[in-house]
Amino acid sequence: MASTTFRALYDDDDLLMHAVKKLRSEKYHIEEVYTPFPVHGLDKAMGLADTRIAITSFLYGCLGLAVAITMMNYIMIQDWPQDIGGKPSFSYLENMPAFVPIMFEMTVFFAAHLMVITFYLRSKMWPFKKAENPDIRTTDDRFLVEVAVGNDEEALKELLLDTGAVEVQVPKK
Amino acid sequence: MKYTFSNRLKIGSYIAMGLGLVMLIAGFMNTPANVEEAKAMVAAAHSDGHGGHGGDAHADQTNAMASHDGEHAEEAAGHGEGHSASHDEHVYHQLKNRPWSALYVAAFFFFMISLGTLAFYAVNRAAQAGWAPLLFRVMEGITAYLVPGGIIVFVLLVLSVLHFNHMFTWMDADVVAHDALLQGKQGYLNPTFFLIRAAIFLGGWIAYRQISRKLSLAQDKADDDSNFKKNFRWSAGFLVFYLISESMMSWDWIMSLDPHWFSTLFGWYVFASMFVSGITVIAMVTIYLKSKGYLQEVNDSHIHDLAKFMFGISIFWTYLWFSQFMLIWYANIPEEVTYFVTRIEHYKLPFFGMLALNFIFPLLVLMNSDYKRVNWFVIMTGIIILFGHYMDVFNMVMPATVGENWHLGIPEIGGILFFGGLFVFWTFTALTKEELMPKRNPFIEESRHFHY
Repeated sequence: MASTTFRALYDDDDLLMHAVKKLRSEKYHIEEVYTPFPVHGLDKAMGLADTRIAITSFLYGCLGLAVAITMMNYIMIQDWPQDIGGKPSFSYLENMPAFVPIMFEMTVFFAAHLMVITFYLRSKMWPFKKAENPDIRTTDDRFLVEVAVGNDEEALKELLLDTGAVEVQVPKK
Repeated sequence: MKYTFSNRLKIGSYIAMGLGLVMLIAGFMNTPANVEEAKAMVAAAHSDGHGGHGGDAHADQTNAMASHDGEHAEEAAGHGEGHSASHDEHVYHQLKNRPWSALYVAAFFFFMISLGTLAFYAVNRAAQAGWAPLLFRVMEGITAYLVPGGIIVFVLLVLSVLHFNHMFTWMDADVVAHDALLQGKQGYLNPTFFLIRAAIFLGGWIAYRQISRKLSLAQDKADDDSNFKKNFRWSAGFLVFYLISESMMSWDWIMSLDPHWFSTLFGWYVFASMFVSGITVIAMVTIYLKSKGYLQEVNDSHIHDLAKFMFGISIFWTYLWFSQFMLIWYANIPEEVTYFVTRIEHYKLPFFGMLALNFIFPLLVLMNSDYKRVNWFVIMTGIIILFGHYMDVFNMVMPATVGENWHLGIPEIGGILFFGGLFVFWTFTALTKEELMPKRNPFIEESRHFHY
């Protein structure tokens, strides 16, 4: 029966933060928190691991840079050698100043777009996905905390109401 | 808590100043007394072939000689002799210029650190930034160097006008008489107006620094926020004055060393260099003070923010460097492109090395968010960035004043040591004067609790 959870609803983000800290200090396991807007510092209060999205972004940037270099080397130097700025050197390195803006733009383009797509997929958001929202009011003005129930149901309920929950939903057995 | 200047640091700064002074004097003693000596010195340096540079220069020289010989064969012999005599004269002046340039580059570099810090300080004042007030006393300490540093640069400019050196060729009436372009610029580029402008710029910057410092201290003793508000207005006004005057300063003090050449974003470029150097020094001084047990309320988030600025402004500097380079490279107009041709032919290592130090290195090292909080990491990166921006000033000044005869030798290192010592001495002495933490800044609580 470890999978049963209580859902506590709050109507204020400060109360929510306090409740989350309180619950964690009492060793309750918080499954998930749903909020209508990003609450600053909530990730740290919940003890979530740091995001690794920046690392993926760096790798995507490197990929974009590599694509830009390969692409332009093929288009401008190999396939149809271009006389760039009246300097017919036909060397990638010697013409590089002309390519730098594109190298930069492709790096940014790859890093930004692939990072956003990665973020969506990692958050399990893809086209035609049905929302996982337990209570529609969290898209308006309510904050919802899902807490795993320990051994003592009553004590948890008490604690949640103590922290200022406006409503505690106990799922039917 | 008030800061006490530790004896070790004080003695260190004295030693640096003393050693630097000796090396600078040695640099001045080593200049040739006449054209013959200059010829002998250049020949000796080339036959030594000391360092990688000596070898390169020698090869270049040989090539240049070969092509000269070819031309000479077609020309009248008399004309050829006259040409090589004027070349020797030119080399003589370049060698005479070397210690002056070393002095000027170092003096300007440390002056620009404190001016960049002043701009950063004014931005924070004008933006009423909530995170910064804990660092204001540190910034005020660094900007204290503006007074001696500015006066020294001004004295060097006066000495140039008085023909103690030949760094600024346009100051030579003889040169102007034979140069139509310089005659056209005479209305702006003449010694009197040049010094008047320098006095106005320095006067304005130093005046703002003193006024803002006074208001900042008065705010601590006051019982309302009127001093704070006045400081805000002065800072906003200063920024307007600064952005115009800094740009003109960069044309006057640096761009006019190559009086035919011009670049419209040069002011911004120099600004980026001084801004990033200033922020780097703020971070380094803050970390040093923290390591000595002061400024305990400055937390890793403050350092993180400073490191973010170091990272961001390094990239901004590169953006401007590249914008300037690419347009000139692409257009390939002889009178513009000569600037970069000189640098790439004779300054290959410092010119491209500086790009690695100022761009690639901070980009890769400071990109990771966690590293921006590791204090010794910020210090190490800071040292590299500062050296890179010294080289930036070096690359802006030296090609015009000493040409191919550049070295990173005794007078250059002496200049860095002397002005570095003076900078440390002056900054840390100023830091001992007042409490390191402002008490009544309206944003001090926000700054204390600043976290990222």
